[in-house]
Amino acid sequence: MLLVQFLLLSSVLFCIGIYGVLARKNGVMVLMSIELILNAVNINLVAFGTMTNNIAGEVFALFVIAIAAAEVGVGLAIVLLIFRNKRSVDLSSIDSMKG
Amino acid sequence: MVALSALAGEGPTSLIQAGGWFLEKAWIIPALPAISFVLILFFGKRMKYKGAEFGIVSIAVAFIFAICCVGQWIGQVNNADSYSEKQEYHDEEKHSDQAGQNEILNEEILRTSSNEYGTASSEKMTVSALAEEKDGYSSVGIKPVIERFTWWESGGRSFQVGIMVDGLAVMMLFVVTAISLLVHIYSTEYVAGDRRYTHYFAFLSLFSSSMLFFVISENILQTIVGWELVGVCSFALIGHWWEEKPNSDAALKAFLTNRVGDMGLLVGMIVLFWSAGSWSIVDINNAAINNEIGQSTLLIASLCLTAAVMSKSGQFILHTWLPDAMAGPTPVSALIHAATMVVAGIYMVARLYGVFFEGFDIAGSSFNVLALVGSVTLVGAGLLAFVQDDIKKVLAYSTVSQLGYMVMALGVGAWTAAVFHLFTHAFFKAGLFLGAGSVSHSVHSFDMKKSMGGMRKFMPTTYKTFIVCTIALMGLPPLAGFWSKDEILVGTGGWGIFGGTGGNGTYVFALVMGIIGAALTCAYMTRVIYLTFFGEFRGDTHGHGDPHESGKRITIPLVILAVMATGAGFLNFPVGFLTGSKAGWQERFGHYVEPVATYFPPIAHGTPSWSLAIFSTVVAIIGVSAAGYYFFVKVNAQSPAATELTNGLTEKSKVAKAGHTLLKQKYYLDHLYTDIIANGTKGPVADAVYWTNQKGIDEAVNQVGKQTARAATFVYEKIDQNMVDGVVNLSGRATEGLGETTRTIIQRGKIHQYAAIMFAATTILAGLLIVFV
Repeated sequence: MLLVQFLLLSSVLFCIGIYGVLARKNGVMVLMSIELILNAVNINLVAFGTMTNNIAGEVFALFVIAIAAAEVGVGLAIVLLIFRNKRSVDLSSIDSMKG
Repeated sequence: MVALSALAGEGPTSLIQAGGWFLEKAWIIPALPAISFVLILFFGKRMKYKGAEFGIVSIAVAFIFAICCVGQWIGQVNNADSYSEKQEYHDEEKHSDQAGQNEILNEEILRTSSNEYGTASSEKMTVSALAEEKDGYSSVGIKPVIERFTWWESGGRSFQVGIMVDGLAVMMLFVVTAISLLVHIYSTEYVAGDRRYTHYFAFLSLFSSSMLFFVISENILQTIVGWELVGVCSFALIGHWWEEKPNSDAALKAFLTNRVGDMGLLVGMIVLFWSAGSWSIVDINNAAINNEIGQSTLLIASLCLTAAVMSKSGQFILHTWLPDAMAGPTPVSALIHAATMVVAGIYMVARLYGVFFEGFDIAGSSFNVLALVGSVTLVGAGLLAFVQDDIKKVLAYSTVSQLGYMVMALGVGAWTAAVFHLFTHAFFKAGLFLGAGSVSHSVHSFDMKKSMGGMRKFMPTTYKTFIVCTIALMGLPPLAGFWSKDEILVGTGGWGIFGGTGGNGTYVFALVMGIIGAALTCAYMTRVIYLTFFGEFRGDTHGHGDPHESGKRITIPLVILAVMATGAGFLNFPVGFLTGSKAGWQERFGHYVEPVATYFPPIAHGTPSWSLAIFSTVVAIIGVSAAGYYFFVKVNAQSPAATELTNGLTEKSKVAKAGHTLLKQKYYLDHLYTDIIANGTKGPVADAVYWTNQKGIDEAVNQVGKQTARAATFVYEKIDQNMVDGVVNLSGRATEGLGETTRTIIQRGKIHQYAAIMFAATTILAGLLIVFV
């Protein structure tokens, strides 16, 4: 079975995503990294679902894709508004709610 | 107590229960004026005669009831007499017939002429039994009519209200209603057109009602109530014309002086109640006579009650209110301050005579407080009457003096004489007051020296009645005062040392004072007669012409009172005085009025004495003659308009001058009360109270305040600020510090850092999940 390869692929994607979230300062890039993380999870869900012959994995993956689309929509809107106000999408400069 | 069963078959030891519709319904008599009072208050002003008609009708009906009571009572006594004779007859036959219509009560100790019983009983009973035999008094007692019901109950005690009617009460009912009726009629003219005419009659009604209530009271609780009620009415009527300061002052003085004695009344009555265990007058007297109460307790009660008598009946040294009370309308003076209210004290003593008789040991001594107070009063007030120019004040002091006679008589044990003097005095003194009122009604003044003189020409009827009443007061035979005064002198027992027969004790000083008082009475009344009715008219009628006689409504009561003053003395005339028969020695008035019952102490009766009667009459005539010589001869010779000698004794002799001043200042008693006692205590007491207030009470309050403030400061500073607030602040600071720490370390607004922590935490949690699950 090619499960190990799928898991490895998803791990690589997940790590790239984590790195993108933590390291990038551009808000759009962070959102794209979050997409990578979600897709890494999707690969896992589909892989396990196929392996155990359970449709639930694919169904969950579909749900995740739908939610990810919504999330990106909201996220991009927030980034767009931040850009309008600050003329920047640098996340490190968004600290007006610090304690 | 003697064994009762032994007495049961003894024979003539019996008490008859008096009865009769009017006696049992005697409560109607005070109720009538009470109703009248209410009617006058509500409807008086709308009536044709402004309420006077209610008063007159009610008191007239009450008077008729009183006469019916007198009639029934006399019938009862006569009935007892015939029963007594029947019993004696049966006793001789050795048959005791106790059946019949009369209720026989053997459960009480009974007074009797039986010597067997007498020896079996106490020594005093023997004495009384002998005295009764000697006087020819009947041996059958009469139980007074007592009707009562429970007023309220409290703490297991029941307080009763009711009536007690015996000879004394019946006599008093008659006197009060008679004088009150005459005064009502007189007042319709005397106070006609007065601004408070209706109120005046309302208070007359209230007074009559209160006095009658007092008279028939069954227990001492009612006595106190009646006593205070008449005091209030007296206050209100003295201050009838209260717009003028002296009148309201006089009313206040009367009220406040009476309060002094009223304390004595309350204390005395409470002592009696706790020692006898009953409010009932009969029970208290029985307990006192049967030695169920200790002698010292009775003495204390008697002394307290004597204080009450001193204030109410105007005895030295609390008499000062009575002359001032003349500020009231004259009919009020006649009714309240001469005939009825001021004798309330006498009546109270007469009612509770068992207490006084045993308390002062009247039978066995020759001195006691009651006799002393009475005798000092009768001479002291008699002297004061000489220096008064106000006719009513002379009469007021005369009243004080005559009340002194009564108190003295009670003090020496001459109960019947005291009550008889009360009876006669009521008529002639009311007559004198109303006569004085008639004169002043005509000359608009009471000042004998400035406004009167020669009145006999203008007011013949007033003059004649006044003279008659004066002679009665002087005690010249055969008018009323002679009989009653002579009886008092006999009753002192003092004549015994001159060969006469005695009374209860040997009160020589009382006899001496009584005779001096008789001479004084004659002298000052002669002065009044001269200054008022003889000489020349000294007044000013302000162009109204000569003074004229008062109207019919004034003169008719005067005539009636003069007739009574003439005839009342004969009511107690000892018939045996003339016939010489032993049975006839009994005095009719005393026989009907004096109770022959267990609640009355065994007093002895003095026997009338020709020698004493002649001696006292001679003294009285000397008094009249001396004063008559001074005024009618010497003063009149100087000038018909003169009121005293221009070069008299007071100018010549320093002693006489000093005495005159002393009398003018009324023995300085008013000064003593107002300046020394009132003012003397007012300042120091006020200072002491101020000091106590400032140093004691205020200091205490201040100290409490200061200490509280200190404690509060301590609590505030140490406990609240440091501890409580400290805890609060600490928690606040701790929270703040924690927040500061977390804020500065974690929540720095670095999104990447948040994300890193989140991933780290998730990783840790995931690691834990894998390891432990």
